[in-house]
Amino acid sequence: MSGVSVTKGAEDAGPATGDLVVLSNVNKHFGALHVLQDIDLTIARGEVVVVIGPSGSGKSTLCRTINRLETIDSGSITIDGKPLPQEGKELARLRADVGMVFQSFNLFAHKTVLENVMLGQVKVRKADKKAAEQKARTLLDRVGVGTQADKYPAQLSGGQQQRVAIARALAMDPKVMLFDEPTSALDPEMINEVLEVMQQLARDGMTMVVVTHEMGFARSAANRVVFMADGRIVEEATPDQFFSSPRSDRAKDFLSKILHH
Amino acid sequence: MNVLLDYFPEFRDGFIGTVSITAVSTAIALVLGVVIAGFRVSPVPPLRWFGTAWVTLLRNTPLTLLFLVTTFVVPEILFPGMSAFVLGSLALGFYTSSFVCEAVRSGINTVPLGQAEAARSLGMTFSQTLRLIVLPQATRTVLPPMSSILIALTKNSAIAGAFSVTELFGWQKLLSEEGYDIVPIFLWVSLAYLAVTFTISGIFRILERRLEVAR
Repeated sequence: MSGVSVTKGAEDAGPATGDLVVLSNVNKHFGALHVLQDIDLTIARGEVVVVIGPSGSGKSTLCRTINRLETIDSGSITIDGKPLPQEGKELARLRADVGMVFQSFNLFAHKTVLENVMLGQVKVRKADKKAAEQKARTLLDRVGVGTQADKYPAQLSGGQQQRVAIARALAMDPKVMLFDEPTSALDPEMINEVLEVMQQLARDGMTMVVVTHEMGFARSAANRVVFMADGRIVEEATPDQFFSSPRSDRAKDFLSKILHH
Repeated sequence: MNVLLDYFPEFRDGFIGTVSITAVSTAIALVLGVVIAGFRVSPVPPLRWFGTAWVTLLRNTPLTLLFLVTTFVVPEILFPGMSAFVLGSLALGFYTSSFVCEAVRSGINTVPLGQAEAARSLGMTFSQTLRLIVLPQATRTVLPPMSSILIALTKNSAIAGAFSVTELFGWQKLLSEEGYDIVPIFLWVSLAYLAVTFTISGIFRILERRLEVAR
């Protein structure tokens, strides 16, 4: 991500008004596989945390537990002081405050781009249709796909779809945004247009948890890098520290594989 | 060949009877079938059990037995004085709802999981997710089996004739008893059934074309 330098130092890590997302001692198994092992992670308001690690390390699962798309076996997760409730109306309310962006976009295939961004506002937030449409159009303009509003998702490129998905999540005025490998399904030339939108969000002070393989983004937009391997958080550091002098061998090994080839 | 003209009012009544019981049972089957399919994929275990029990019971019972129960047992215990038409429609509608349910469920399973995940992460409830996101996208896949199910329903309605519902097959019985040649009678009856079933498949062809979802 050359050109845009938005490295957030520790000192401008957003207003330090406390912890927004707290995972403590979280464990999860997929059958015999212990996919999350004693995870402790605290994300402060306004903080951008990038989670990296080899595939199968549990980083996507970690991201998905935060809005309970994956249940956990033990431990606790709180968002803005409230523990995640069981499946039901209360969980739905809480999920509305947590934006999620998926690797495969998951735009509603039978709705237009505009309807995709309006739907949550109208059906969940019970917003007025007119207001919802206006907000949707503003957001679509902000992510640069305003002219595509009346098309169906399948008519858009991957990068455009992912930007619509970001707009759809933002339309709910989320307290925190979760990105689950948002650029992994994209053609190389479309990755930047999505990363730029995410960097803008980071600059605007959005609290973000980003699972990604984009080291450039981690370097430039993250306040903190969390390195996961084999279901554990192996290392947490500022991007500068992590990329220039990783402490653990596991991280050194990982970085040597992705950075030199 | 004037068996049709000689007994046209009876034939017409029979045709109208078949169309009515088909229409009413179709409505019952579609509404119940979709609701029960919702139960079967619900996160609430008792609803799932109920849905499974419903399908298992109704799908595996011979339709004639179901008609027997609704015509002779149900009015004795539950609704005395209910007309044969209503009872017949209920039997046929309930029976067919189990097949509709399974067709809808298979349609639900073809919608990518990510669609429901996206809906849930926007804060939609289970029923909103099903109603607004999953079912509309499942509809297209469900149409071909649904058309077969409704055609089967039309033909199954003939059984209602044996339980004092006025319908096409009863006309055939009446005329054979009068001593008419059975071949032309069956010819007319089949043509009348074809008119109904072709209409159904025609409607579904149009629907299929209209409801294409691009991915």
